Amino acid sequence: MTTHKPAARGQAATAPPERGPGPVPVPLIVNDVPYTLDIEPRVSLLSALRDGCGLTGAKRGCDQGTCGACTVWVEERRVLSCLTLAIACEGRRVTTVEGLAQGGELHPMQEEFIAHDAFQCGYCTPGQLMSAVALVREGHAGAPGEEADPAEISEWMSGNLCRCAAYPHLTAAIAAAAKRM
Amino acid sequence: MTATAPPAQSPPAGEALGRPLRRADGREKTTGTARYSGDHAPAGLTHAALLGAHIAAGRIRALDTTGALAAEGVRAVFTHENLPRIAAQPPLLPSLAGGPAPGQTFFPLQDPEIHYAGQPVAMVVADTWERALHATRLIRVDYEEAPSATVLDQIRHTAFEPEKIFGGLLPGRATRGDLAAGLERAEVTVDLTFTYAANHQNPLETCTTTASWEGGRLFLYDSAQGPAATQHTLAVLLGLPHADIRVDSHLVGGSFGCKAMTWAHPALAALAARETGSPVRLALTREQMFTSCGHREEQEQRVTLGALRDGRLVALRHHKLSPTSHFDDWAEPSLEAASQLYACENYEGRYLLARAHTMTPTFMRCPGEATGLFALESAMDELAQRTGLDPLELRRRNHAERDPVTGKPWSSKGLQECYARGAALIGWERRAAPPAREGDWLIGLGMATAAYPIVPPVNPQRAKARVFADGSALVQAGVAEFGTGATTAMAQVAADALGLPVDACRFEGGSTDLPNVSAAVGSMGASYTGAAVHAAATALRAQLIAQAIADPESPLHGARAADVTLAGGRMVLRDRPETGESYAQLLRRHMQPDAEATGSWGPADLTASGSSHAMLTFGAQFAEVAVDADLGVIRVRRLVGAFAPGRVLNARMAANQLMGGMLWGLGQALLERTFMDPALGRWNNTSLGDYLVPVNADVPEVTVELVEVHDEAVNPLGVKGVGEIGQAGTAAALANAVHHATGRRLTRLPMSLEDLL
Repeated sequence: MTTHKPAARGQAATAPPERGPGPVPVPLIVNDVPYTLDIEPRVSLLSALRDGCGLTGAKRGCDQGTCGACTVWVEERRVLSCLTLAIACEGRRVTTVEGLAQGGELHPMQEEFIAHDAFQCGYCTPGQLMSAVALVREGHAGAPGEEADPAEISEWMSGNLCRCAAYPHLTAAIAAAAKRM
Repeated sequence: MTATAPPAQSPPAGEALGRPLRRADGREKTTGTARYSGDHAPAGLTHAALLGAHIAAGRIRALDTTGALAAEGVRAVFTHENLPRIAAQPPLLPSLAGGPAPGQTFFPLQDPEIHYAGQPVAMVVADTWERALHATRLIRVDYEEAPSATVLDQIRHTAFEPEKIFGGLLPGRATRGDLAAGLERAEVTVDLTFTYAANHQNPLETCTTTASWEGGRLFLYDSAQGPAATQHTLAVLLGLPHADIRVDSHLVGGSFGCKAMTWAHPALAALAARETGSPVRLALTREQMFTSCGHREEQEQRVTLGALRDGRLVALRHHKLSPTSHFDDWAEPSLEAASQLYACENYEGRYLLARAHTMTPTFMRCPGEATGLFALESAMDELAQRTGLDPLELRRRNHAERDPVTGKPWSSKGLQECYARGAALIGWERRAAPPAREGDWLIGLGMATAAYPIVPPVNPQRAKARVFADGSALVQAGVAEFGTGATTAMAQVAADALGLPVDACRFEGGSTDLPNVSAAVGSMGASYTGAAVHAAATALRAQLIAQAIADPESPLHGARAADVTLAGGRMVLRDRPETGESYAQLLRRHMQPDAEATGSWGPADLTASGSSHAMLTFGAQFAEVAVDADLGVIRVRRLVGAFAPGRVLNARMAANQLMGGMLWGLGQALLERTFMDPALGRWNNTSLGDYLVPVNADVPEVTVELVEVHDEAVNPLGVKGVGEIGQAGTAAALANAVHHATGRRLTRLPMSLEDLL
């Protein structure tokens, strides 16, 4: 995580201008589509995506950062969009579950989720998918050509709750998709 | 881990039932296009947020909403001072019955009295969700607090035996034989008391209603196990004709019982939308999910077993004490399957209630049996210990050949086969040897019997089937899809009944504008809706065959109906399958765009078969645990469940649901506990960070084994249900495995390491 040092006194010219508390224009690039939302600085990325962009794939399961249903990527990194301010993502590339399939062709992870029946109600699925693809990319499902370690996958997927408890199917789906990614 | 072999996606026509087909909604659910109740945004949508009472008892002395009303974007603030009164309060009745089904008979925002912490005291409507939530915090409430009592230890002296519990459906006491004589005759006695923490269902989707009024008609998207339950309940609460309310619950993000009944929020959303003139979405927060839609009550159960030296039971006493609200006599039915599990002539079951300042408890997955079987099956394990019998052998000696309550034969059972298959899969023969030790880990094996009741429908369950002139079929019934796979399984049922390929059949559910079925609760969704869909599709098939026979231009003209069958997606002569035609050919020739029929299945269809049999779903749970000898940490190594759920409509989805149930049992056994602060009268751990549920890394190897039983009594398809049986007995199997490993009998759920130190 990068940290930003607060600007020293007398250097106000270099500090970002104060905005809000009312609505301000916030530019976001979501799934390669540019949006400019008129939102209050307190609005979370999750609310901005769902209510502002109309992208309801990311789900509000807790709004406390404990369930993972709202997981999206900012740049390449998975974040809990309920705990991320939209205004902090200005100018960054945000990817949601709606951006996973390319031109109508499902991502291997989506295909393996379906093939392994890795969900029941489907509410946690968008977050599970975004975590799953990221963890493979992060190298937690084995190096290319290597067998994945199910225990490692389970550990790195434990921030995404599935109350239907389709966990064994999730782990199997991720291991299978990792071989195809 | 459950095997997931690649499925045959397009089985031949007429052979879809039971196949492990992929979910019909898989693409929507993996692409983020699946729409849940909070994903619908009618034009002009506004957002409601609730403020809950922070005291558990007392009254509101004064309210100041000035700050909230002045806040940016706020449209309205409702309190008991200005929210319109409800028209009438319907009585509490489980939604399985198909009528109004309020979760409790108290409706908030009607008067200044406070009965439980979290009870809504104000509702804000604003243009954004953030603004609505923020404004609730600007409301000042001056409370006059009264003493509260919320846990059993504060109220056990006030316990009473209710005449009825469970919406008046179950008696407070049940007896058979002569318990005192049985206990007198007993040579071995086990007397154990079990305590259970309160639990909350916590589906990932919080309860959400989106309400709008159009032309005097109320439209709701509601996250509910039964959209009809919401419709019927709101009709009474709001004094509206049922016909003026439409409720859609297309996709629901899990329920596990907390959306089985209709709570206050759909009516509050409807009232807010009516008063403000704008569509309103009311999404409960995660914290509010602990105080808005019921819970599994804290409880104590005492089981006394009397047996002969050979292990045969001669007496069973099972008492339960639990807190209920100040308005309803509710206890989850913990003594039901447990009273039918073993051949035992002398029995007494009693429910005792005590009033607490909480909301009315409600259904939570495997309601009743999850707790009742933990007590009985732990006690049976103790009896095995005291009689020197293998726990499995003890169960076999007490196997009930007929229902010990009614004396009726079982509609089907399969329990002995479940015992045998489960024992083989877990390697039960290892249990005869002394418990193993691997380093610091003590290894133990445990088992328990699983059972869950089958409740026949109270009223007719209906569905509609339609075949279009292009040969595709649409089948409809108002059942919600909350992860059971109903959408997929019902298409399979329809396809086989119509004799069409499953790819040609679409099932649509989730709306009160569709034929009525009861809420999909109590593991009865597949049974009720499946029987209705089967009836509708069978009726349509018969109708089209009759039309073809009567049609001089049809190759089937003049044939006897009994000689016509469906093969290869065509109506053909049974003995000359080359003679015939498709539904599409018949319809097109007559310029008919479609044909349709409704089907119904209800109490009248059951009187012949169902009433002469006792009906339970059976299974057997086996568990292997490792317990750290020094630290008491319990690790589950393996769960094996063998179940006999009757006809399985889709083997893949049934196995997934059964596995989920077993993992719920793991959560109940080791993790799930809502802490009540008895001084404040508030739940303490109202988040998914503090209320622990199983996560991916908690999950052991899980094996689901299906045992086939043929059942002609339960319904035309022979479906017994898979929603709850997976959890029944799991916690007991785990506790019994811990006992085997450590010699310690744990009687408190969830089990925790301090119980082993």
